[in-house]
Amino acid sequence: MELTKRRAFRLGKATRDAFGEALVALGRDERIVVVDGDVNNSTRTDLFARAYPERFFNVGIAESNLVSLAGGLASCGKIPVIASFACFLLCNAFDQLRMSVAFPRLNVKVVGTHAGISIGEDGPSQMGIEDIALALALPGFTVLVPADEVAARAATQAMLAVEGPVYLRLGRPRVPIVYEDGCEFVIGRANLLRPGRDVTLAANGLMVALALEAAEILAEEGIDARVLDLASVRPLDIEALVAAARETRGIVVAEEHLKHGGLGSAVAMALAERAPAPLRFVALENTYAESGKPEDLLAKYGLTAENIAAAARDLLR
Amino acid sequence: MQAPEAPAGTVPDLAALADLARRLRRDIIEMTTRAGSGHPTSSLSAIDVMTVLYFGGFLRHNPRDPRWPDRDRFILSKGHAAPALYAVLAAAGYFPREWLWTLRQIGSPLEGHPNMRRLPGVEASTGSLGQGLSIGLGHALAARLDGRDYRVYVLLGDGECDEGQVWEAAMAARHYRVGNLVAIVDHNKAQQSGLIATVMDHTPLAEKWAAFGWRVHEIDGHDLAAIASALAAVREERERPSAIIAHTVKGKGVSFLEKDWTFHGKALTPEQARRALEELGWS
Repeated sequence: MELTKRRAFRLGKATRDAFGEALVALGRDERIVVVDGDVNNSTRTDLFARAYPERFFNVGIAESNLVSLAGGLASCGKIPVIASFACFLLCNAFDQLRMSVAFPRLNVKVVGTHAGISIGEDGPSQMGIEDIALALALPGFTVLVPADEVAARAATQAMLAVEGPVYLRLGRPRVPIVYEDGCEFVIGRANLLRPGRDVTLAANGLMVALALEAAEILAEEGIDARVLDLASVRPLDIEALVAAARETRGIVVAEEHLKHGGLGSAVAMALAERAPAPLRFVALENTYAESGKPEDLLAKYGLTAENIAAAARDLLR
Repeated sequence: MQAPEAPAGTVPDLAALADLARRLRRDIIEMTTRAGSGHPTSSLSAIDVMTVLYFGGFLRHNPRDPRWPDRDRFILSKGHAAPALYAVLAAAGYFPREWLWTLRQIGSPLEGHPNMRRLPGVEASTGSLGQGLSIGLGHALAARLDGRDYRVYVLLGDGECDEGQVWEAAMAARHYRVGNLVAIVDHNKAQQSGLIATVMDHTPLAEKWAAFGWRVHEIDGHDLAAIASALAAVREERERPSAIIAHTVKGKGVSFLEKDWTFHGKALTPEQARRALEELGWS
C-alpha cells in the first residue's frame, strides 16, 4: 500500500507479520502459550503453531472461551498470548477481558490484528475502530500501538517481558518502515522522531509515517514540526507531552481509530491537568467506514498527511 | 505439609459429612443475615456437593499452602454462591471463621462475589456468569503442559447454563480430551426472575452435556452417598471431561425457602433466620 507520496519510505512488512515472526523467535520460553480463534493464518500465529505445536491451542470461533481460558492458563503461571482480529477480541469478548483478565490482573497478552480501516475490502464488520477505547477502559491494561515492523518486533518482546495484561494493536497491510533495525521499544516512553519548535504532530500506528510526511509538507511552508510516536498509549509519556505543550504552540494527535476514546482522548486528558495546550485531532469521526481499497479509505475518511498538515496550520492560525 | 486426597475406594464418613453440612448451612444463613444481603438460597442448594468434595477426601488441597502447584482446583463459576464457598474455606482452615461475619463489608476480603486476589483458597474471580468453565479448562490444559495430575472442579448454576460461553467451553473440553475437568451443575431449577421452566427452559441438561461428548452423572445433589459415588467415578476418567448434574433444591434445608424462588438474592431477616436455624436444629 502506498501510504505516503512525498517521502521515500521503504515499504516494510505488516506489523502482524513482524509480530508472528518475533513470537517464534521468543517462543523458546516454555511459559508462552498461544491461543487462537481460528484466524492463525491471519494473525500469523501459525508460525508459532508450527514451531511449538504442543503450546498452541486453536479453540475455534469462540472468543469468549478463548479469553477466559487464557485467564486460567495465566493463573497457572503461563504467559498466554491470545491473538485474533482486534474487533472480535475486544468487542466480542470484552466482559471476559474484564472479569477473566483485567479484574484478577492476570498476565495475558492480548494481540488484536486487522485494526483500523486499512484492512480495506472486508469492510466495517472486520475493522477494529473501537478497540483502543475498550482496552483503555480496562484498569491495569498496558496499551501499545507500534508504527512499523521494527517497532512491532520490539513491542512483542517488550510485551512479553512486562508482568500484567497488555493489549498490542496490529494492522493488516504492509506499512512504511520508520525505525532503524535494533531500535529500542520502551513501554511508557514516546519516541521523538523529528525535533521541531512550532507545532507537535503526535501519532501512533500507521499514522506515524503520515505525520512524518506532514512534517515535510509543513517544512516547505517554513513550519518547523516536531514528530512524536506515542506507541505506548498507556502508560502515556506525560513528560514528553508536557514538553511538547510548553515548547511548541500546540499538538495535533493522529490515529487510525475513532476520535473518541482513543489516543487523542488520552492525550487531551493528560494535558488538561498538567499543561493545557491547543489540540487538534485527526481520526475517524463518529462513524463506521465501508469497503474499499485501504488508501482510498484512508483518504475518504481523512486519515492523510495533508489533513495532519492542515490541522497543524489551523492550530497555528 | 500437604493434604493428599483420600485413596481411591475410601468410604467417607457420611454421618460426619451430614453434620458438617448442617453447620455450614448455619454459617451461610448467619453470614448473609448479618451482612443484610447475599444469596443464601443459591448457596444452600450447592453446599452438600461442596461439603463432600472438600471434606469427603476428594479434593486434593492444603489450606496451609493455597498455591501448591499440584493442588486440585475448585472454581465457583456461580460466584453468587460465595457464602457457600466462604463457609467451606473457613471450615477447611484457609482463614478464621470469624472472618465470615465481615462478609460484604468494606475492607473485607469476603466480597459479594469471590475475588482471587484477596482471599486464599479462591481460584478465580467470578460473578459474571458463564466464564468459570473456560477458566477451569485453562487450568486443566496447564496441568497437561506441566505434566501435573491435578483435577479441576467447576461448579455452575443451571441458570448459568443459559450463557453461550458455557457451551463453547464444553465443546473445547471434549476436543482437547481433558479427563481432569469436572463440571458440576447445581440444578436447583430456579434463576433470578423465575423458575428455569418459565424463564429459559434448557432441560434436559444431562442430554445436552452428553451430546457435547461429556461423561454424565445425574444424581440427587443432596444425597451424600450419591455425591460421593459420582465424585469417585470422575476420578477414573482419563480422556473425557465429566459432568455431574446435581438435582438440588434452592434453599435446601429450610422449608419456607424451598417453596419460594423469590428469595433469590435476598438475605433472611433476623426473625426469618431464627426460624431457619430452628428448622436446621440450631435453636
